[in-house]
Amino acid sequence: MRGIAKSMMTTLSVFLRPPVTRDYPNVHKALPERDRAFPLLLWDQEIDEPFCTGCHACERACPVECMTVLMKDNPNHKSVGGTSSRRKIIDKFWIDYARCMRCNICVEVCNFDAIAMNNTWSGHEMSVHDRKDLVMDLQQLTTQSHSGQIKEWVPVLGKANEESAS
Amino acid sequence: MVTESAHEFETQDLLLNVGPQHPSTHGVFRMVMQVDGEVVRDIIPYIGYLHRGAEKLCETMDYRQGIGFMDRTEYLAAMNAELSYVMAVEKLAELEVPDRAQWIRMILVELNRLASHLMFMGAFGIDVGVFGTPFIYAWREREAIIDLFEEISGDRMMYAYLRPGGLAWDVPTNFVARCREVLTAVNQGIADFDGLLTKNEIFVARTQGIGYISAADAIDFGMSGPSIRASGVPLDVRREEPYLKYNEIKWDVITETDGDVYARYLCRLGEMRESVKIVEQCLEQLQPGAIMPEKMPRMLRTPPGEVYIRTEAPRGEFGVYMVSKGGNRPYRLKVRSACLSNLQALKHMSVGQYVADAIIVLGSIDIVLSEVDR
Repeated sequence: MRGIAKSMMTTLSVFLRPPVTRDYPNVHKALPERDRAFPLLLWDQEIDEPFCTGCHACERACPVECMTVLMKDNPNHKSVGGTSSRRKIIDKFWIDYARCMRCNICVEVCNFDAIAMNNTWSGHEMSVHDRKDLVMDLQQLTTQSHSGQIKEWVPVLGKANEESAS
Repeated sequence: MVTESAHEFETQDLLLNVGPQHPSTHGVFRMVMQVDGEVVRDIIPYIGYLHRGAEKLCETMDYRQGIGFMDRTEYLAAMNAELSYVMAVEKLAELEVPDRAQWIRMILVELNRLASHLMFMGAFGIDVGVFGTPFIYAWREREAIIDLFEEISGDRMMYAYLRPGGLAWDVPTNFVARCREVLTAVNQGIADFDGLLTKNEIFVARTQGIGYISAADAIDFGMSGPSIRASGVPLDVRREEPYLKYNEIKWDVITETDGDVYARYLCRLGEMRESVKIVEQCLEQLQPGAIMPEKMPRMLRTPPGEVYIRTEAPRGEFGVYMVSKGGNRPYRLKVRSACLSNLQALKHMSVGQYVADAIIVLGSIDIVLSEVDR
């Protein structure tokens, strides 16, 4: 009986502690900066075009082959009287979010820091009725960065981060 | 005259199908039990419902891409599974891992062991019949650990954080302080479980003497992890073949002698206390420094060769056998799963017990079906 009494005391002590749960759909927890949802393309606000040049690095590195990339000549390049130094630019970009396994490899291989993982709640709450709606095109992928809704976190790779050395 | 017949009823054994979609089978495990009344006479297990060919998939991918599939092989202790994989690649490629990366890896795998054992405590409580309470308690502390992992790696379950050579990126600045917070919460959780279950007469009556396996049988079945240590065999890969920095710190191998379900519970509880100790010592050893070796190639290639690396995952020995014929991907990858070996002993442990006890025995092995089927 003493053991059961002790168990009851444990439950009673837990009953007196403050709650640890959240009222989820109404209250969202703050996500850490490094949170990884799905990849997004970043927008170069200075020149007003995506950073992505369509170099296919991410497409080749993707373990699940969820990306399709097509590039084109940049109509805004300096040689044709534009302002951009990018000779090639992304033409079409699709990411199948239903296939993506959020491994972060596309971010690591990108030479232009043009892709980042969505670290906001908009990347997590993505339920749709039809899985075709999860294939994102270039416009859907760049909107959030274009309008400044996300503050992306691109890791510094292969080097010791001086700040975070404890 | 009516004479009383001495003839007994001839009864036929009943085949009872459990699973694959049954909560008490911890995933998609199916077993057909031959029951005589309430007593189990035979168990035929069926596995393979969660087979995804992860080993074969890894052979078509380079070394970095394979890490994500290792996460999904052992989703409750993904860091431990990743560790075996990256250590195998490192041994093939002869990479030196910097000290800081090794200490961080050790902290992460031990925290993951805590999270996995907490999951066991919760699920096992439900199997035994303490509905809900331990499960919710376990979730509370596991959430603290998973929140920490989310701050470090960015994901809650499929971390993909370890890399051949070190870590993907460094831990955040407040890592040590956050770890200590989490350890405080986990200590509280261990104390709660101790108070809730260990001495509880109902729990003890339900688990003691059930699912006995002797040390000799456990060795014959190739069991490992807490399941074999509960039978009195002090087999722990961390002690037998120290990897990372396990030989530089003080910790004990927890063994129990009873070999029953209760002993397996006690063994895991003791191991959680040891893990907390290990993490505390690692935090003191953590120094600033590099997390990847200098001069890492963009695409890692290994010379031809074959390696077998084993580490102590929460469920036992998690081994990775890797063959390379040169190039950037393994020629063959084989995962030695502790759960599969431990599961072989299920029939031995449950025949002659009641149906309800067979469920407890299955719970006490703490299987993860994705690791069994791969």
